[in-house]
Amino acid sequence: MIQLISDYSKLLLTAMGHTLVMALYSLVFASFIGLLFGMLSVLNSKVCKIIARVFVDIIRGVPMIVLAFFVYFGIPYAFKNMLNIRFTFTSLQAGIICLSLNCGAYMAEIIRAGIQSVDKGQMEAARSLGMPYWRSMKKVVLPQAIRTMIPSIINQFIITLKDTSILSVIGFPELVNTAKSVISVTHQSFQIWIIVGFMYLVIITLLSRLAKRLERRLNRSSGEQK
Amino acid sequence: MENKNNIKVHVSHLKKNFGHLEVIKDISTDVYEGEVVVILGPSGSGKSTFLRCLNRLEESTSGEIIVDGNKINDKKADINKIRENIGMVFQHFNLFNNLNVIENLTLAPTQLKKLSKEKAVEEAMHMLKKVGLEEKAYAFPAQLSGGQKQRVAIARSLCMHPDIMLFDEPTSALDPEMVGEVLQVMRDLAADGMTMLIVSHEIGFAREVADRVIFIDNGYIIEEGTPQEVIMNPKEPRAIDFFNKVL
Ligand SMILES: Nc1ncnc2c1ncn2[C@@H]1O[C@H](COP(=O)(O)OP(=O)(O)O)[C@@H](O)[C@H]1O
Ligand SMILES: [Mg+2]
Repeated sequence: MIQLISDYSKLLLTAMGHTLVMALYSLVFASFIGLLFGMLSVLNSKVCKIIARVFVDIIRGVPMIVLAFFVYFGIPYAFKNMLNIRFTFTSLQAGIICLSLNCGAYMAEIIRAGIQSVDKGQMEAARSLGMPYWRSMKKVVLPQAIRTMIPSIINQFIITLKDTSILSVIGFPELVNTAKSVISVTHQSFQIWIIVGFMYLVIITLLSRLAKRLERRLNRSSGEQK
Repeated sequence: MENKNNIKVHVSHLKKNFGHLEVIKDISTDVYEGEVVVILGPSGSGKSTFLRCLNRLEESTSGEIIVDGNKINDKKADINKIRENIGMVFQHFNLFNNLNVIENLTLAPTQLKKLSKEKAVEEAMHMLKKVGLEEKAYAFPAQLSGGQKQRVAIARSLCMHPDIMLFDEPTSALDPEMVGEVLQVMRDLAADGMTMLIVSHEIGFAREVADRVIFIDNGYIIEEGTPQEVIMNPKEPRAIDFFNKVL
């Protein structure tokens, strides 16, 4: 085991790095997607609500592995056949698109629920003073909504980090894919999967600790004593 | 008290439906500068809806509302600007929970009137003194009693220097021992000449402070006049019935 770790640590750490890069990019894009569709679903417009609903339902209703194959193989194939345009996504690009869409859809739901959990009277009071809609949203509603959203957002981020492993199917050299190649050489499946599992565990534990601390800080700085 | 030359709120043939439900059927009235109008009526009769139409928290279905010369329902009207001039106090206070008292009071003035932070805080402290709560300037809403919350809410409205104040059952969510402190603040406001529309179940307060009482039932004004006329000598059966129950 020690031998195994010293032989392959560099390779596995690099793969871990790939996993993190993919997750981080996805989280950033997912936040924007989530904010966009979350906002659309609370706007006072049927069309906006329907657009948001359809997006969320599609993404949540399709397994990510299907989405991954669709983006990585399906879309370039369609472009070649129908438009005669040749292009491919790298597996990293395709992975980020899938994870961003997937995580973004769940984020949209979290953001929608968070905003709707804030009493309607808060917005009405701000509007009755003459504050415009978006300013009221930003100064009064969102700060309260975010506090209730934080635990779910952190949870969703952790799920997304783990979901990077699904993207091993399109060949991105993240941790699971790399582990498979190492096993094909060493045949030490038991040990490698323990090492890989341990690596995920460490990263995710660290991240959730960090998130907890952030959550406490945010609660403190917003000042409300419970 | 009121200045009959200056109409502050003009409402004519106001109608408001929620889907198929006709809540306000036909209401017309004028409110003069400095006048205190108390609106009475059974629960569900449309009192809140009427008040909320006045600052367009609800879009009226038809009819005309003119506040301070501004047509509220005009699509071109700058409703935010108009609302700055119409304070509203809610049954459940609706203080901004993420902000402390002084921030509650200074948010809109600094955002909308481009007041400097210092100037806004100074003015907010003045308003807090008026409602007797300077010592709570840095408390959060969650740390206040109901009566204190409502006084802060009134001060928050006053910081925008409105010409007109709307009160929707300002004491209905309060424990009985806190009703008095809020009514006192409203009494002071009335004495200062504020134009006020108050939905309330405080009959004693209405008799004492109101220049005029409006009794709404089922989407219509069915009695209107001095407190003496409406409360002590109602003519409509439904009003007589109502006052028999509450007095
Ligand atoms: N946003 C709304 N959507 C649908 N119905 C409403 C809405 N607001 C009020 N109503 C209905 O309108 C009627 C009058 O309500 P309201 O104006 O709150 O009465 P009051 O304040 O006199 O008790 C009630 O039947 C109520 O259910
Ligand atoms: Mg009401």
